[in-house]
Amino acid sequence: MALIEDRAPPSPASLNDDIGEEKRLTMYRMQVEIRETEQRAYDLFLQNLVKGTSHLSLGQEAVATGFAAAMRPGDLSFCTYRGHAHTLARGVPIAKVLGELMQRDIGLMRGKGGSMHLTSIDHGVMGSYAIIGAHLPIACGSAWRAQYRGDKDVSVCFFGDGTTNIGAFHEALNFAVVWKLPVVFVCENNLYMEYTPIGDVTAVTHPAADRAASYGLPRIIVDGNDADIVYRTAGSAYEKARAGGGPSLIECLTYRHSGHSRADPAKYRPEGELERWKQRDPLKIYRERLKQFGVGEEDIARIETDVKHRVDEATEECKAAPLPPADILTKDVYADGGFAWRN
Amino acid sequence: MAELTYRDAVIRGIAQEMTRDPDVVFLGEDVGKPGGVFKATVGLFEQFGPVRVRDTPISEQAILGAAMGAAMTGLKPIAEIMFSDFIAVCFDYIANEFPKSRYMSNGQVKCPLVVRTGNGGGARFGAQHSQSVENWCMMIPGLKVVAPSSPRDVIGLMAAAVRDPDPVIFFEHKSLYATKGEVPDGEIVDTLGSAKIVRPGKDATILALALMVPRALAAAEKLKAEHDIDCEVVDVRSLVPLDTQTILGSVVRTHRLFTVEENPRLCGWGAELVSIVADESFYDLDGPPVRITTPHIPLPASDFLEDLALPTVERIAERVRRSLNS
Repeated sequence: MALIEDRAPPSPASLNDDIGEEKRLTMYRMQVEIRETEQRAYDLFLQNLVKGTSHLSLGQEAVATGFAAAMRPGDLSFCTYRGHAHTLARGVPIAKVLGELMQRDIGLMRGKGGSMHLTSIDHGVMGSYAIIGAHLPIACGSAWRAQYRGDKDVSVCFFGDGTTNIGAFHEALNFAVVWKLPVVFVCENNLYMEYTPIGDVTAVTHPAADRAASYGLPRIIVDGNDADIVYRTAGSAYEKARAGGGPSLIECLTYRHSGHSRADPAKYRPEGELERWKQRDPLKIYRERLKQFGVGEEDIARIETDVKHRVDEATEECKAAPLPPADILTKDVYADGGFAWRN
Repeated sequence: MAELTYRDAVIRGIAQEMTRDPDVVFLGEDVGKPGGVFKATVGLFEQFGPVRVRDTPISEQAILGAAMGAAMTGLKPIAEIMFSDFIAVCFDYIANEFPKSRYMSNGQVKCPLVVRTGNGGGARFGAQHSQSVENWCMMIPGLKVVAPSSPRDVIGLMAAAVRDPDPVIFFEHKSLYATKGEVPDGEIVDTLGSAKIVRPGKDATILALALMVPRALAAAEKLKAEHDIDCEVVDVRSLVPLDTQTILGSVVRTHRLFTVEENPRLCGWGAELVSIVADESFYDLDGPPVRITTPHIPLPASDFLEDLALPTVERIAERVRRSLNS
C-alpha cells in the first residue's frame, strides 16, 4: 500500500490557531517524551536491563499524544501490548513505565504485569491488553457503565490494524452501535500486522475505515503523524460520544520506525519505505508546526533537553531500584489480597 | 416457606440482588423480553426495565467483555452465556481477562461479575449443548466456580456470587430447571466455598455436584435399603473456593471416598479432590478412592446413549457396593 502518497500536505486550514500555543507545547513535549522513553527502552534491551518482550511506538507518537491531549480527566484509555505511548500520554511518570519494563519494584505494577500490561487506574489507563481485540468489548462495557449512570466520560480504545481481522473487533463494533455507547475506537494503522503487510491479509484497503459502513459508522481516515489533526479528530469524536451520539471508529495512518517487537529487525520492509516515512516523522512535522506558529528554536530545544534529562533521571532511578519482593508473588489473585482457593 | 422450581429460583435470585443494589445489571441473549431460552429470566425485563435487563446480539465475546468493562468501572453485572459449551467461544475472558487483570495490575483492577450459564446433559441436545464444563473453569487462578443443586442454593449462592468482589462462574444445571424444592421466604444469602452434607452416613463419603447430587442421594437410599450401606453425600456446591475441611472431615469419619462427576473423566474436578484426600488423609482411607464419571467422550444426542454415558443412580449404587464389598 502506498498510503504515504495518499496524503495531502497540511492544509492551510490546519494552520489555524484553534489549538493554541500552550496545548501545542504540551503536545510537543509529550511526543518527545514518548520518543525518548521508547528509544531508551530499546537501549536498555541491548544492555539486557529490559527483560521479556517490548513493543515500541517509535514513529506513532502523534496518535497517543493527540488522543490523550483531547481527553478530559476521567476519560478512560484501553490500550494494547503496544501501550507505553498511551500510558505516558495520560501522565504516568516515566520511571513507573521504564521501571515496569525493567521489572523492578518501582514499576507501575511492581513487575507483575510487564511491558504488555501497563495499567494505571489513577491516570485513567484501564489496562494494556495482549490478547488481540479483547479490550474492544471491555471498552464497550466501560462505556455502558457511563451510559447507565449518566457519567460523561468517554472510553477510548486503541488497537492496531491487525486487530480489525479478529472476531472481537466486529462483535464490539456492532454492540457499541446497537447500544449507542460512548466509546471511541482508534485503529493505529502502521501498515504491518506483526511481520506481514496488512494489505496482504485484509479484504479491504483500509482495514478499519473500510469496515465502518458495515456498522453504519462514517468512514474516518486521518493523518496519524500530525498531532494537530489527531487532536481535532479526537475532540469531535469525544464530543459526539458525550452528547449521546454513540461510537466512532477512526483509522489513523502511521508507521512504526522499529520492528514489531524486540525480536524483529523488520527486514520485510521494502527498501526506502522507512526513509520515506521518516520524512513524515511526527516529531519533525510538529517541530516545524511550532516554528510556523512562532515558537523560537531555543524554546523548542529547551523542551527537548529537559525531556532527555528527565528520561536520564528516570533511567538511573530504575537502575537503582530493587527487584520486587518475593512475597508479592501470591498476592492479589483474589480480592482478599491473596491466592487461597480452599480452606 | 414455599415450593419453588430451580428455574424460578434463578429468577428470584437475580431479582433479589437487582432489587437490593441498583448497580446490578443483567445482559445476555434472549434474556429480556423473551425471558430466556430456559425461561429462567421470565419477568425480570418487566420488573427492572430495559435499562437494567438488556438483550444482546449473539456475540459471546461482546457479552463477557462488556460485563468486564462495566465491572471494572463500578457496576455488578450478571452475564448469561446460554449454554456452557459456548464458553469456548469467549474463553479468552474466562481464562485471560477476568482472572488475570487484578494480578497483572498489582491489585488495581477489580472484576466483580457473575457469568451464569446452562451446564450439563440430560436434555438430549447432543455434544455441543450438553457438556459439563465446570472443570474448564476450576483450573484458572482468579476465578470462583459454583454449581448449585437445589432451588434454595440457587438463590443463596447467586446472592453470594453477586456480592462477591471476584469473578464468579455460576453453573446452572439445565436438567434441574424443572425440579422443585422448599425455599424459605425472605432474603437468602449463602456463602461461597461451603460444601453441604446433604445426607449423613457412616460407611462411605460420596462427593457430588449439581445434577449428580440428587442421583447420589437416590443411590445412597438404594444402598441403604438394599444393602444396609450407609453413605454420606456431600454436595460440593463450590469448586473454588473449595471447602476441603468438610470433605476431609467426612472422609475421616467414613474412611471411603467416591466422587460422582458429570464431566468427562480426564481432569474432572474429582481428580483434584481425590488428590487432596490422598495427600492429606491417606491413612484415614480403608480402600482406594473411586471416581464415577462420564467416560472420556463427547456426549451423544440419543437418549439411550446419553443415559449410558452419564452416571446413573444404578451405576453409582453398584460401583459403591462393589467397592465396599471387595
